[in-house]
Amino acid sequence: MWSLVLRRLLLTLPTLLGASLIVFAMVKLAPGDPISILMPPDAGKAEIEAVKEALGLDRPLPVQYLKWLERAVVHGDLGRSIATRRPVVQDVLDALRNSVILAVASSMLALIPGLALGTLAAFQRGGVVDKVVSAVAITGVSVPHYWAGIMLVIVFSVQLGWFPAMGGPSDPGIGPYIRHMLLPAVALALIPLGVITRVVRSAVLDILAQEFVLTLRVKGLYTGSLVRHVLKNASPQILTVMGLQFGFALGGSVLVETVFSWPGTGYLLNIAIFQRDMPLLQGIILVLSTTFVLLNLAVDVLQSLIDPRIVRG
Amino acid sequence: MPPLMTVDGLVKHFPVRRGVFRRTTEMLRAVDGVSFAVELGETLGVVGESGCGKSTLARVVLRLVEADAGHVRFGGEDLFTASERRLKRLRRDLQLVFQDPYASLNPRMTLRDAIAFNLIIHGADRASARRRADDMLHDVGLDPRLFGARYPHEVSGGQRQRVNIARALVLDPRLVVLDEPVSALDKSVQAQVLNLLQQLKAARQLTYVLISHDLNVIEYASDRVIVLYLGKIVETGPATVIAESPKHPYTQALFKSAPSMDPSQRLVAPPLTGDPPNPLSPPSGCRFRTRCPFATAQCVDVEPPLREISSRHFAACHLYSNAN
Amino acid sequence: MSVPAPAILTAPVAAPVATSYWRLVSRRLARDPATLIAGSLLGAIVLAAVLAPALAPYDPAAGSIRMRLSPIGTVGHPLGTDEQGRDMLSRLLFGGRMTLLAGLTPIVVACLFGGVLGILAGYLGGAANSIIMRASDIFYAFPAILLAIAISGALGPGLGNTLISLSVVFLPRIIRVAEAVTVQTKSLEYVAAARASGAGSWPIVRYHLLPNVLAPILVFTSTQVSLSIILAAGLSFLGLGVTPPAAEWGLMLNTLRQSIYVDAWVPALPGVAIFVVSMAFNLLSDGLRDAMEVRG
Repeated sequence: MWSLVLRRLLLTLPTLLGASLIVFAMVKLAPGDPISILMPPDAGKAEIEAVKEALGLDRPLPVQYLKWLERAVVHGDLGRSIATRRPVVQDVLDALRNSVILAVASSMLALIPGLALGTLAAFQRGGVVDKVVSAVAITGVSVPHYWAGIMLVIVFSVQLGWFPAMGGPSDPGIGPYIRHMLLPAVALALIPLGVITRVVRSAVLDILAQEFVLTLRVKGLYTGSLVRHVLKNASPQILTVMGLQFGFALGGSVLVETVFSWPGTGYLLNIAIFQRDMPLLQGIILVLSTTFVLLNLAVDVLQSLIDPRIVRG
Repeated sequence: MPPLMTVDGLVKHFPVRRGVFRRTTEMLRAVDGVSFAVELGETLGVVGESGCGKSTLARVVLRLVEADAGHVRFGGEDLFTASERRLKRLRRDLQLVFQDPYASLNPRMTLRDAIAFNLIIHGADRASARRRADDMLHDVGLDPRLFGARYPHEVSGGQRQRVNIARALVLDPRLVVLDEPVSALDKSVQAQVLNLLQQLKAARQLTYVLISHDLNVIEYASDRVIVLYLGKIVETGPATVIAESPKHPYTQALFKSAPSMDPSQRLVAPPLTGDPPNPLSPPSGCRFRTRCPFATAQCVDVEPPLREISSRHFAACHLYSNAN
Repeated sequence: MSVPAPAILTAPVAAPVATSYWRLVSRRLARDPATLIAGSLLGAIVLAAVLAPALAPYDPAAGSIRMRLSPIGTVGHPLGTDEQGRDMLSRLLFGGRMTLLAGLTPIVVACLFGGVLGILAGYLGGAANSIIMRASDIFYAFPAILLAIAISGALGPGLGNTLISLSVVFLPRIIRVAEAVTVQTKSLEYVAAARASGAGSWPIVRYHLLPNVLAPILVFTSTQVSLSIILAAGLSFLGLGVTPPAAEWGLMLNTLRQSIYVDAWVPALPGVAIFVVSMAFNLLSDGLRDAMEVRG
């Protein structure tokens, strides 16, 4: 088993390196000169050269890349934000924490009803319940989550005043935190809810069609242990889609965070782009892509553990 | 008459890769030194349990998989050194009917087109290929007007297998290898398909190599039989002789283990014990010794060669080396 | 069993026309009610978008502050006006052109190039496969939205850059599916049977591989359309796609956002449009999947 993990880990290294290369290249390719943002417009040539040298921008590109990579990986130093002068790594990690919390919350809101509804629909195949659940699922998948966020704000903040419309938690304590988090989490959960419901329904249907299940049903082992049995067999598929949807929630939170001004990586990313704050932009994308590669790896390994028949790589 | 095909010392091993770096740790010896001849016009049965290398043998003999060692001569020509062009021409003479009637048909191609395809790739135009496909459908007992435009999932397993046979025969081959042709079919349908195969063989002067794990099928259809165990031939001879008096302990056990409807033939205890051993590490000396009731010390050290017991009847067992 | 055919069967009969697989699919599609409704709806929306210059009652860029945020049902402005007094109906019609263009083009591009690359990678195997798959893995590691934003952020706003970034997002996904399906089909017995009969690469690809590989690729692509549209509008929502004063549904959603405290429902309209189009594509995609299934 460990050889599997090791092997997968080794395979992800080129991906990580490639991702870092792209992050680096992307920023370099971007139009706009970072120097011109820092310097006043009437700065002399000598001054500009001095700043360039200080920032290491006069060295050849491959050298810049390696130095940047070394600083990031070995020293955990992602530079300083041009706008705020604070270390990037600190801001990014704080933002990541907020985004992860939001992603976990919305994933829970998607997974639990999704599992329940999908299983229910599969067991009641063809009936009214199945049709209703399928309709709900396809609606969920089609909703633009940022629009859903706005609608939720309209209904629950503006009209009803139950929940705050903006921002991260300003007051300490779990209560206010949850109150601020609820609407964005719901908005973010809609698409995953739809996807998970459909995948669970399809996976459970496949398993119900298998002969051994028929045997169990004939033996009278109904509900309870049957459901457990079925879910255990469906877990590889469900796990895969869970992993993907968690990735969606973590990465896709950008749009929802913008609507609610939730202080996560998405929100930070938005700021970085509009202020053309390169170090911050690079740092966010590097941290996020590393997180995702590791997340995919974890899902793969977990899958192989649960179902040894799946041999990857 | 020289044999239509001779197989000489065929070897095929598959590497088994394990570990982080996918190093080859062991070799799976699917076919480990097999030699036999196929006479013109006969049906040669190849029998053995799962994992004995039957299917691999079929594919290696037809050069669908490259062998590691050995030769195959067909009609006097060396098959393994044939050029691409010559090989394509030879493929028309050497056909294979696959085991799974569903998987061997393109689900998105009509039955007629599936048969016609074989002619089209050898240069026929579509219209005449389709006409000949219809004739072939008729020859295997399917009305082309009813079945020609159907898709595989619309017909039964037996009908699909007839299409497979039609597809193989439309090229007018000389030798047809049939890999478990009836194993996936219901018993009632098996006899029909086997009879069809006999009729076609007679009408078109074909030669068959029939592979099966089912002794009834082998007995029913073969003229001569080869018994395979873990990639090696352990016994070979005329079908009737082998059925009546099998000499190799494995063959004896095979025939005795076949369940019978006759109450007087009820087994007290099945003669073959244990599971088939792992082809990754076959026993030393005689491979069958671990399940053989007659094993001796000699069987551990020395692998018995195929010895002639009576006319055309060979067995690989030390029991017959001591002038018995 | 060859029994002499009874006389009735030997009488000349016209052979039934072989139904090609694609005609079968079309027939199945036409019979499914959900697909028909979704298809008609989508057809109407696309038509309306294409004919926007003819259908729109007002110039989408013209507005007077006097008329700003008129509610739905105002005389002369059935869908209200936006925060600059521009007619919502006209802006929605013109906006549809932008959103649909930005959402559909990347999918078409990704399907064409991704399909070819994936099939090549799957069929050729070896080095070609490794290069193509490793390269696309790197992009696949990023979630769609993040990648789109990163690329758009780097390239800057504008429709062209949006098309580029979304194409880059969907290309690896389609490559992955195309490769997987090709590898799987390549190993199926009917392909081995074709080889055993002496077929060369091209006939195998043309008759056996492509028909069986195109179907899953098309079905998968159709499931990505709604996401592409949501993302395209989402990019404009963030200010990274189409720029003002152009009309685009995501952009309109953003500029109207502040106005929800004045009138809640006009700002919701662009989102409704995105939702309806998205839902229609998903229904079509489901229908396509069912129609392309090989039953039995």
